Amino acid sequence: MSSSASSQPVVHPAGSVRLLWPVLATVAVLTLLAYLVAFDQGAVSRSGMYLHELMHDGRHLLGVPCH
Amino acid sequence: MPLNTTTTPPFVAVLVRGLLAGLIAGLLAGTFAYVAGEPHVEAAIAIEEAATHAEPAAGAHDHEDALVGRTGQRGGLFLATGLFGAAMGGLLATAYVLLSRRRRGDDDGRSGLLLAGAALLGAVIVPFLKYPANPPAVGDPATINQRTVTYLLMVVLGLVAVWAGSLGYRSVGAQAPTWLRATAAVGGFLLVTAVSYVVMPSFQEVPADFPATLLWSFRLASLGTQVVLWTGIGLLFAALMHHERRRRAGTALPST
Repeated sequence: MSSSASSQPVVHPAGSVRLLWPVLATVAVLTLLAYLVAFDQGAVSRSGMYLHELMHDGRHLLGVPCH
Repeated sequence: MPLNTTTTPPFVAVLVRGLLAGLIAGLLAGTFAYVAGEPHVEAAIAIEEAATHAEPAAGAHDHEDALVGRTGQRGGLFLATGLFGAAMGGLLATAYVLLSRRRRGDDDGRSGLLLAGAALLGAVIVPFLKYPANPPAVGDPATINQRTVTYLLMVVLGLVAVWAGSLGYRSVGAQAPTWLRATAAVGGFLLVTAVSYVVMPSFQEVPADFPATLLWSFRLASLGTQVVLWTGIGLLFAALMHHERRRRAGTALPST
């Protein structure tokens, strides 16, 4: 990121260092969301096994190892 | 000449379009999975329950006193694919923004489609060929943690393989003929894929009496679900970005 910031204008939104935290936060939230669907067994969702059970068929058909 | 703010929309605008494309594609994938996959899931569960009743000690995954009934699980399919699709669409949009500084000139939707294709190949097809999807009643619950870790690792290795392919493509040089660049890309991709297939452990856990045709049908439906998901994300994202670009070009200077 820093190398691109030095070679390009600061106004350029995509290469800017200002995007570092928004991008990291977005990736973290979206990874958590994918984790909730594909792997969580209540540890994160705090719903016991309810969400895990509810999305059982989706996990199988998305090809994620289930049981 | 790098892109300016007129041709590159802000991160949030791209992200929202990625999430929307992913949500819609996820619901489409859910519809496909419901029609093409659910009958096979039902058939596999019937086999699983027959096995559980025969030997109660086996008790792999009890569907009878479950928190969510079968009707709920069939409906939950759409929740799962919708949320998963939104997450994947958002990640695709993030990758699109991060890679946009490498792009030359105006994006005509190609890079969004290429990214979706790369994700389909690296994060779906490469892992699927090593660790194909399993219906209920297939898979030893004792190895689920090991299979989950190796599956995730395989997703990462698949993406590395695609990256190695693009590296090979670019390493040959822009003046090289297309067939040579494509050969370098295929070589880089196959090298990483082959090595990871050999190095990663295999799991043979299909019960001897599980119907082969049912396993095949289920796996085909599962692969189809992911193909619908990523094809949908790519096409919808490219379409939404095209629309956004035209809207911005209309309100700002008509530079394009």
